[in-house]
Amino acid sequence: MSAHATNVDSTLAADGLPNLGCCPTARQISGRGQLPAGPLGVPNAAPDAYVARAANGEFELAFILDNLTCAACVGDIEGRLSRIPGITSARVNLTLGRLRVTWTDPAFAPSRIAAELTALGYRAIPYDAAKLERLADDRDKKLLRAMAVAGFAAANIMLISVSVWSGNVTDMGPATRDFFHWISALIALPAIAYAGQPFFASAWGAVRHGRVNMDVPISLGVLLATLASVMESARSGEHAYFDAAVMLLFFLLIGRYLDQNMRAKTQSVAANLLALQAVAATVIEPDGRRRSCPADQLRPGMVVAVAPGDRIPADGIVTRGRSDVDTSLVSGESLPQAVAPGTQVYAGTLALSGGLDIEVTSADRDTLLGQIVALMTNATQAKSGHTMLADRAARLYAPAVHVLAATTFAGWMLLGAGGWHPALMAAVAVLIITCPCALGLAVPAVQTVATAALLRAGVLLKSGEALERLAEVDTVVFDKTGTLTLGQPEYVGGDGATPEDLALAARLAQSTRHPLAQALVRHVGVPPRPVPVQETPGLGVSAIVDGRQVRLGHRDWCGGAATSAPTTTHSELWLKVDGRPPVRFFFRDAPRGDARRVIEALRNKSIDVEMLSGDRRAVAAPLAQALGIVTVLAEARPDAKVAHLKTLAAQGRKVLMVGDGLNDAPALALAHVSMAPASGADISQSAADIVYRGEALDPVRRAIAIARVARRRMRENLILAVIYNVLAVPLAMAGLVTPLIAALAMSGSSIVVVLNALRLSHQAKDRAP
Amino acid sequence: MTVIAYLLPAALALGFLGLVAFLWCLKTRQYEDLDGAAYRSLLDQEPDDKR
Repeated sequence: MSAHATNVDSTLAADGLPNLGCCPTARQISGRGQLPAGPLGVPNAAPDAYVARAANGEFELAFILDNLTCAACVGDIEGRLSRIPGITSARVNLTLGRLRVTWTDPAFAPSRIAAELTALGYRAIPYDAAKLERLADDRDKKLLRAMAVAGFAAANIMLISVSVWSGNVTDMGPATRDFFHWISALIALPAIAYAGQPFFASAWGAVRHGRVNMDVPISLGVLLATLASVMESARSGEHAYFDAAVMLLFFLLIGRYLDQNMRAKTQSVAANLLALQAVAATVIEPDGRRRSCPADQLRPGMVVAVAPGDRIPADGIVTRGRSDVDTSLVSGESLPQAVAPGTQVYAGTLALSGGLDIEVTSADRDTLLGQIVALMTNATQAKSGHTMLADRAARLYAPAVHVLAATTFAGWMLLGAGGWHPALMAAVAVLIITCPCALGLAVPAVQTVATAALLRAGVLLKSGEALERLAEVDTVVFDKTGTLTLGQPEYVGGDGATPEDLALAARLAQSTRHPLAQALVRHVGVPPRPVPVQETPGLGVSAIVDGRQVRLGHRDWCGGAATSAPTTTHSELWLKVDGRPPVRFFFRDAPRGDARRVIEALRNKSIDVEMLSGDRRAVAAPLAQALGIVTVLAEARPDAKVAHLKTLAAQGRKVLMVGDGLNDAPALALAHVSMAPASGADISQSAADIVYRGEALDPVRRAIAIARVARRRMRENLILAVIYNVLAVPLAMAGLVTPLIAALAMSGSSIVVVLNALRLSHQAKDRAP
Repeated sequence: MTVIAYLLPAALALGFLGLVAFLWCLKTRQYEDLDGAAYRSLLDQEPDDKR
């Protein structure tokens, strides 16, 4: 992997995928991200438990890579891993964000792979490949193969049909025409037998259970059209519908494939997020040995080691070590909390500055985290039902078609115009004309285009339903910490501090990962000369500068308690230089740069905006005011958030909940539709319907805008399909539809619908510069 | 009309060739990671795949 390729790629990422904070390299440059990135960032769990044995005797291990977006990532990972002796192959799947590594030597330690990925700065989660992948894969391929066969047959039969149509109005003899019809039959019969299977199987399943679904009229139409065409060919008739039957299958398979593809994509997002939750913990055995153990197998009494930068896997009491713990994802509290032996810590919080040993008091379902999960499961069950637009259309469609075809047949028989043959042909024409080509494409085409547009905006859908739900939203409820705000402090000013003090403080601050210290360094900007410091986890850092003892840290530790400085709502950091009174610096959790603009834009679309926060009212209210939010609910625990959303739902409001924390997860699961930033807690990401990436809040606005346009396009498409049927069906019932007209009508309506869907892509670009 | 005798089979054979090529691509898993394939062309060299 050369530096050249990395450059090419980062330009690409900047142009094509804004704000994605691409690979770890890019993230380090932007200096953001909830987790401290970089080589010393998040150690990856030991993956031994997930090693699988492939059929050819090789060992196989699959990972989900959390922060994988570009070619540089692919090259780096594959290059570095395949250089490890023993590894036979390492292959990244960029589409799914997954990595597969194989090796043959049983003595090879898979933890080396995890270690290498950690060194590269990737968060890699081993997972059970067999469980996740195989099924969807097979279905997908079957559809693609059927589509290929149908496409091949449709193109060739159309070629022949065009000759027949032009021959019919010129000088083609009946013998040549019949010959062409039989060639068409030769191609069409096997193609229909193969490519029609997905529809026939589903239709048969429905009929056998006494139900009717969309596939019943489709199968009936295709089979009857084929049968009638064979009969026509045999009696040397003028019209055969082989082209219509096969083209129908082809168009419908395209729609089916788009639908399936979108489902597979959204499911893989959901599955990746789910696997992220299954973190492994490092257990310290009584004899001092360390082993890796899945977090859900921890039992009370076990002792686990937590490295700096690691998430704490279970609720417990600290037995050794001091650290600052970032509880923002659990409590919504924006400042880290200092812990020492004896302090209670909660699962899901992040140890920042020092390593800890923790004795587990409750694990898995009994943890605070587990209780939130339980709350979330209940909320999911309470979620309102939603029927997709396409299903509603289909429900009306199937009976209507059958009635129309039967009426046509009966009508022709009653009128007695030439016996059953013209009656059957007219009924077949009705079935072909009404076959839901446009209907089958109308919604999947829009969904596919919308999903792609959303992806470009950094928004990942976890289900197709989310898109439709999002379009109905009339109220947006934001969480505060980490959603409306950056979740990281910003320097706002000092109290008695001179610029020299600030520079001195920044020199000390440089060597610690405490968020306040890092904010200080960010504010000073130019990297000051570092000094060797001593860190006292949970309290601060100290150093000897120019022969004087200097301390930077907590109020008490720096002698701040001795002064009569009043407490404020701001977070503070104290600096104590020997022989001088201590000074302090103030910080606040700054709102996201575009938060005000986004909220205003939502308002302009007559969407209500509310704020829900677990934080104190004194902190929440001023921020809400600054952002122009009127309704604020502060000091809300997870169950209070759920209750509030239930109230809103009872008022008939369609709520979009946006939140990042663990404490938001139940609310996210309950809301009509929900979004979580990719920087949020894993569990909130898997509770939400939609995940968005980047530093800005704008994806929320854009997602709603795109969803609304998408819904409009879907409706238009359905209306177009209806108009087409209203025009064409009377012709078919009157027996005026020749194969030529059928082909024109079908392809015409399908193309119109697809073009209308593609319009969305341009609109999405215009609306979101 | 004798031209049909070889034009028609030729057209069908070409189409069939395309179909077979597509099915082969599918079978050799070339449709599994379309995004990755797009980016891979930007890499200077493919890492050794010793499979």
